Amino acid sequence: MSVRVIGVGMHPWGKWGRPFTEYGVAAARAALGDAGIAWTDVDFLVGADTIRNGYPGFVAGSTFAQALGWSGARIASCYAACASGAQAIDIARTRILAGLCDVALVVGADAAPKGFFRPVGGDRPDDPDWLRFRLLGATNPAYFALYARRRMALYGATPEDFAAVKVKNAAAGALNPDARYRKAVTAAEVAASPVVADPLRLLDICATSDGGAAVVLASEDWARRHAGRDRGPAVRIAAVSTVTPRFPNTVLEMPNFATDSSAATTPPERPFRASIAHAAYEEAGLGPGDLSLAEVYDLSTALELDWYEDIGLCGEGEAEKLLRAGDTALGGRVPVNPSGGLASFGEAVPAQAIAQVCELTRQLRGEAGPRQVEGARTGIAVNQGLFGHGSATILTR
Amino acid sequence: MDAEHAVDGWFVVDAGGDAHLLGARCAACGNVSFPRFEGFCRNPGCEGTEQEEVRLSRRGRVWSYTNAGYPPPPPYVAAEPYTPVTLAAVELAGEGLVVLGQVVPGIGVDELRVGMEMELTCGPLADGPLVWMWRPAAAAA
Ligand SMILES: [Zn+2]
Repeated sequence: MSVRVIGVGMHPWGKWGRPFTEYGVAAARAALGDAGIAWTDVDFLVGADTIRNGYPGFVAGSTFAQALGWSGARIASCYAACASGAQAIDIARTRILAGLCDVALVVGADAAPKGFFRPVGGDRPDDPDWLRFRLLGATNPAYFALYARRRMALYGATPEDFAAVKVKNAAAGALNPDARYRKAVTAAEVAASPVVADPLRLLDICATSDGGAAVVLASEDWARRHAGRDRGPAVRIAAVSTVTPRFPNTVLEMPNFATDSSAATTPPERPFRASIAHAAYEEAGLGPGDLSLAEVYDLSTALELDWYEDIGLCGEGEAEKLLRAGDTALGGRVPVNPSGGLASFGEAVPAQAIAQVCELTRQLRGEAGPRQVEGARTGIAVNQGLFGHGSATILTR
Repeated sequence: MDAEHAVDGWFVVDAGGDAHLLGARCAACGNVSFPRFEGFCRNPGCEGTEQEEVRLSRRGRVWSYTNAGYPPPPPYVAAEPYTPVTLAAVELAGEGLVVLGQVVPGIGVDELRVGMEMELTCGPLADGPLVWMWRPAAAAA
């Protein structure tokens, strides 16, 4: 038994200055329209929460249900940092798999503040996310930069490699009407942008954006019975992994001050990010060799290179080789971030993982237009966020 | 009398002026944590509930480093005029821990490299209270 993605929809990313509910409802209506169903056909709505928009953001499922018009549908809301959208999809999918509902709508939307993400207001000396700003001034880009510098020291990555990731993703994003940044970027422009957190420059780091994304999921039976119009090949969710790290996690993770200790216990076989993807491959019965494309969480250009290794596209330290060969560009062996990635979208936290699944779906249906990956059959979308959250979603057709 | 610490119980300055990070060691399995976890051990294979305070190694090697090109947002209090804050994540071999900290003012990223030896000290934030800081280890020590 599997679950089908029968509709996808997005509100374009940008800095629109409108309430997040508006983006979510626009995305939801687009997804319902794409599926060819009415809101009142939906049994279950899951909202991915936003923590920067007050109470309505913490009960996103309810907020979107009310905005679409109370229909009696069951709802759920969840927060899992950057993995919120994927966790929302997983909640919807498991309820369908359990036979408790047939059609579920998953919605995430955010209205983001300007500049660095900062901790939620008030003095909270027990909250590591508050303390890291207070004691160290350690912003999110600071952590991305630590990983980037380590890649340079261990594997010989260069700032030019990082810039090449931006150039690649900007070229793809220019072809995507839902992307916020739709302009080609040159390596010289990256190099001329100011240093935010050495070695990363402004154009190496993803912005924060407004945006909304939604998917409609249905049971295999329901989809077959209601195949109203031809949506191209059926797209199925083959796996959703939301595993947590295994102790001891020896990578310094945002927003922590220190790693776990490896003095008394042996570190796990796979570091956290790799374990997220591995669990999805195991669940799907697939491997990296099956991938036609990947959407990875490029919070920074350098982090995209880490992901190549974490999802098994190449061995440790080989990501730069893959990039330089053009394997991960549109038209390459396995395009990464054909949507343009976070480099072209900026991050709208609760919507982002859902947007990744929208892109995979469009690619697998053959509806991605000028950024279409030829013959796409299998795709993976991965992300990692604060506090041990992360996800990997595999879609097939 | 010590200057005010920006956070309670994370580090001490001894009579000789040396700063020490305060960790906790599980009495049952020996797992070390920083900042200190109280009570239950974070090792999933350990049911220990007793933690003893330990002073962490004062020296370690740079795991990675960076700086803040722009003044970090509140609740950080940035100095005016602002000069980039340097951060280093330092690996303490004995404890198997990597600990993030500011690097003492005046040391920029150009003076750091992955693997170099650092030692612990402390210094004031722009608004006064002390935090732990890393500095390149004295060559002869
Ligand atoms: Zn223990």
